[in-house]
Amino acid sequence: MVPAVNASDVLVIGSGAVGAAIAYFCALRGLSVAVVDSGAVGSGTSSKCEGNLLVSDKEHGPELDLANYSLKLWQGELAEHSHLWEFENKGGIIVASQESSMASLQRALRVQREHGIRVEEIDVAELKRYEPNVTDEAVGAAFYPDDSQVMPMLVTAHLMRMASEAGAHMWPYTEVTGLLRSGDEVRGVITARGSFWADAVINAAGPWGGQLARLAGVNVPVEPRRGYVLVTEPMEPKIFRKVYAAEYIDNVGSSDGGLQASPVVEGTPAGSVLIGSSRERGGFDTTFNPEAIGRIATNAVKLFPFLAETRVLRYYFGFRPYVPDHVPVIGPDPRAPGLWHACGHEGAGIGLSVGTGKIISQAVAGEDTDLSLEVFSPTRFGELTEVAA
Amino acid sequence: MSETITLSVDGEEITIEPKRTVAAALMLAAERPAWRRTRFNNEPRGLFCGIGVCFDCLVTVNGEASLRACLIPAEDGMVIETSERGTR
Amino acid sequence: MSKENSVRQKHCDVVVIGAGPAGLAAASQASGAGAQVLLIDQSLRPGGQFWRHASEEHDADPGRWHHGWNTYTQLAKVLERAIGTGRVEHLSGHHVLTGERTGTGLGLTVQPVPELADGVRGLITVEAPAVVLCPGAYDRQLPVPGWTLPGVMAAGGVQAFIKTQGAAPGRRAVLAGTGPFLLSAAASVIQAGGEVAAVCEAADLTGWVPHGVAAALVPSKGLEGAEYISLLAKHRVPYLRRTAVTAIHGEQRAEKVTVSRLDRHGAVVAGTEKHFNDVDLVGLGWGFVPQSELVVQFGAQTRIDIDGSLIGVVDTRQHSSVEGLYLAGEITGVAGATAAVAEGRIAGYAAAWMAGYRVRGARQAAAAQRDKILRANHRAFARAMHTAHPLPAGWESWMQEETTVCRCEEVPYHRIRESTETLSAQEPRGLKGTTRTGMGWCQGRICGAAAICLAKSSGDQRKEQAARAVAKRPLAAPVRLSDLAESRAQTRPLKAP
Ligand SMILES: Cc1cc2nc3c(=O)[nH]c(=O)nc-3n(C[C@H](O)[C@H](O)[C@H](O)COP(=O)(O)OP(=O)(O)OC[C@H]3O[C@@H](n4cnc5c(N)ncnc54)[C@H](O)[C@@H]3O)c2cc1C
Ligand SMILES: Cc1cc2nc3c(=O)[nH]c(=O)nc-3n(C[C@H](O)[C@H](O)[C@H](O)COP(=O)(O)OP(=O)(O)OC[C@H]3O[C@@H](n4cnc5c(N)ncnc54)[C@H](O)[C@@H]3O)c2cc1C
Ligand code: FES
Repeated sequence: MVPAVNASDVLVIGSGAVGAAIAYFCALRGLSVAVVDSGAVGSGTSSKCEGNLLVSDKEHGPELDLANYSLKLWQGELAEHSHLWEFENKGGIIVASQESSMASLQRALRVQREHGIRVEEIDVAELKRYEPNVTDEAVGAAFYPDDSQVMPMLVTAHLMRMASEAGAHMWPYTEVTGLLRSGDEVRGVITARGSFWADAVINAAGPWGGQLARLAGVNVPVEPRRGYVLVTEPMEPKIFRKVYAAEYIDNVGSSDGGLQASPVVEGTPAGSVLIGSSRERGGFDTTFNPEAIGRIATNAVKLFPFLAETRVLRYYFGFRPYVPDHVPVIGPDPRAPGLWHACGHEGAGIGLSVGTGKIISQAVAGEDTDLSLEVFSPTRFGELTEVAA
Repeated sequence: MSETITLSVDGEEITIEPKRTVAAALMLAAERPAWRRTRFNNEPRGLFCGIGVCFDCLVTVNGEASLRACLIPAEDGMVIETSERGTR
Repeated sequence: MSKENSVRQKHCDVVVIGAGPAGLAAASQASGAGAQVLLIDQSLRPGGQFWRHASEEHDADPGRWHHGWNTYTQLAKVLERAIGTGRVEHLSGHHVLTGERTGTGLGLTVQPVPELADGVRGLITVEAPAVVLCPGAYDRQLPVPGWTLPGVMAAGGVQAFIKTQGAAPGRRAVLAGTGPFLLSAAASVIQAGGEVAAVCEAADLTGWVPHGVAAALVPSKGLEGAEYISLLAKHRVPYLRRTAVTAIHGEQRAEKVTVSRLDRHGAVVAGTEKHFNDVDLVGLGWGFVPQSELVVQFGAQTRIDIDGSLIGVVDTRQHSSVEGLYLAGEITGVAGATAAVAEGRIAGYAAAWMAGYRVRGARQAAAAQRDKILRANHRAFARAMHTAHPLPAGWESWMQEETTVCRCEEVPYHRIRESTETLSAQEPRGLKGTTRTGMGWCQGRICGAAAICLAKSSGDQRKEQAARAVAKRPLAAPVRLSDLAESRAQTRPLKAP
């Protein structure tokens, strides 16, 4: 039960990877932290996704900076916990199966290299050494030694555990239904369990971040972008890196609302292969789309022909928190002082969670942030229009 | 009706009554209570649910992997491979 | 091998899923009313779990293993005739993978069971205005040290083995768990020439007394029970009440069993251990789990039944909360084959009616009335049975740190405890994400009941959510990637952004 007055320095809305990382880094700084979630810990997108920590799919700009910064944290300050969340620096491979896609891959590589991404172009023979089971249609590939992988649910659960051990308090099954206001200011949240007061209220509600922002009357245009993932039967390792097709990069950066499904195939320590993933916008639609599943399967078999005979045990889908310019929304909202945002990480929120958590904790504590928050500003989208409101 | 059929199990021939499932053939004729090893602890496994629900009884039959032995009617000439050191 | 890889489409008036007691009754009733019926079942032969049997060519007298075999042969005859006239198509050896509302009716995806398919490949899609879902159940399990050893089986699995093979899967058996089904499994072992060292019943059975009235409504069940008891007595099989198997020992297979007395809360009483040596077969069963994934896929309303299982909610015509979807048999509550037949008939008739076939004379009306009474009596009996045979609340007392809970992913008990205690896994989904419990081949069918208990999902609503989370299986069986890829051929238009 909730004490009569629940007040903390920081109140985090959402216990996904992002909320958990914020709670952890804030608690480490000695701030008092409460986390509320409408469901169980990590029950949102962070338990319905994959755990790729990719630099290979990033365009240069703020997202790449945050990815590199986060990777440093995963491999530095957080390295002692790596085994808890199955961190693996396995490297990523982008495969081109046509001369034309090879040409666009090479163009992308040049730009990425200029921005400091480590990448090698490899020929077919070398590709086959990395991935003996890959398609014979491949004409060339690129290898990214820094691409890594974690198990997202374990990341979320352990960050939350570490936050609790540092003093944070977690309130599962506690949905935020309104905000405590004083003029424009946000002073806390209203839930079925009562009110929670805080100096900083942080919107880490993932794909529901747009809805929460609307409670404060501000525009943060986060929308769900659905993605399916297929899970195969467990098998002996046959896929060694994260392997994807050259078209994937185009999909990530696209804002197209229609269905896109280029394959990302990866083995997991437990032996199943995860095959992702589609991208389609259309609200929180939970009806089955066989087209998405069919396309993912078709493309995966093209990339790894042996998969044709492999059995799929289940599939799942999650809603990526999508923003139109593909840059997450991180920082205080001057339109509603006291309210902060940390959402909109789209298809990279697991990887970017720790960087986000750390810079938010620095900013909330009034310190200089390791990365400038300006480019992530919530005010960049303009005000709520009548329609959106 | 009571003629017998012959299966090959890991290269050895066994002769059984025709009504057997592959699981029953392994247990009753080949005297194998287990024909699979688990992938983490290398434990032996055989029949558990008996009705196709638990997938503990997987075997390779005629080259096709991951089939439930409890569901497959044995047929003359079938080639059965078990996985002593298992991956599944 | 001739591999036929294509997507086929079928339409009919009524689809019946499952050819057990409920499904056979539904199919015969719906076709009798004039509907065009497609009967889909995973097995090659009709009968379901209850009337599972070897083909007549291999077993001249399959009836000797069964109760109610006359009912089966009658239903089978009706079915055969209806297949002859083309009223019923029996798609045997096929598994329904998915079920959903399509806007114009109910849609299914069906695949040939790979173990039975003989090279036939590809998915079939089916659409119909009415579906009668009768998927039955499988044994409910609780983990116990040593239960992963070969020679340890589900009690129903022992029964199924004997019914189809005419031989027992072991020489000397211990049957353990709870419920009258243990007695019938023990009787089969004896009938098949095996020896039964003991039957361990966790309940104390005093629970039956207050429910004597309900039992009196179903005299056939009392008779069946008495028959088993006298057979066991004749073979001097100890029937140990308030006793559970608390460890199974062996190197490469089960060799020895430890049993212990349980206290009023179902926890082990220390110092009461007894050992049975030279045991090569252990049959475990703690009641049954209805196969609820298709109910959940369709989005039909569910609830937790008196025995703790997740079941579909139906009205008096066996209609679920989803238009056109009827449920019959164990999926509406575990109540045995007679109730399943009565419900199947009611549902089959109602489904045909829904599809536009409306004939009912005085004779049918009287029969329908009889079915309703039969259903009510057997449901009352089942409630009494479930009350007398609860899951022992204290079962965790026999667990050891290393005891496997999830057989597929080999998750030991201590990992689950760590997860619930330090990783806030308060529901089975969190447990799955943090420990892999339920992520393997069986998709949580075997460990689900234990996972729900261990995740400490308390409160009725929370329990239902937990059970729905465990039953949420978007594919009711594994499917090859090539088949999924192929299924693109038939697709619905994409959602506009
Ligand atoms: C198919 C797929 C594949 C992906 N693959 C990757 C990948 O490989 N690598 C990667 O880095 N990222 C990947 N992502 C993206 C990643 O999953 C997300 O960016 C990330 O999970 C977002 O985390 P979050 O904490 O912001 O949101 P969430 O995990 O969704 O957490 C938000 C939480 O807020 C809670 N909440 C919402 N509203 C309220 C309210 N009113 N009151 C209280 N609580 C509320 C929710 O219950 C939820 O738990 C993938 C996503 C998908 C769908
Ligand atoms: C292994 C086992 C043995 C049993 N033996 C006995 C016994 O000896 N005596 C006794 O009194 N009770 C027994 N029972 C209890 C018995 O199951 C029920 O009393 C009775 O069979 C219920 O009838 P039903 O029609 O609801 O289901 P069932 O008889 O279980 O029939 C359901 C049918 O549907 C099929 N099916 C399920 N899902 C799908 C799908 N997605 N696609 C296609 N087909 C599907 C199944 O393969 C099965 O053939 C046993 C139960 C089990 C699990
Ligand atoms: S024994 Fe369970 S699937 Fe065969």
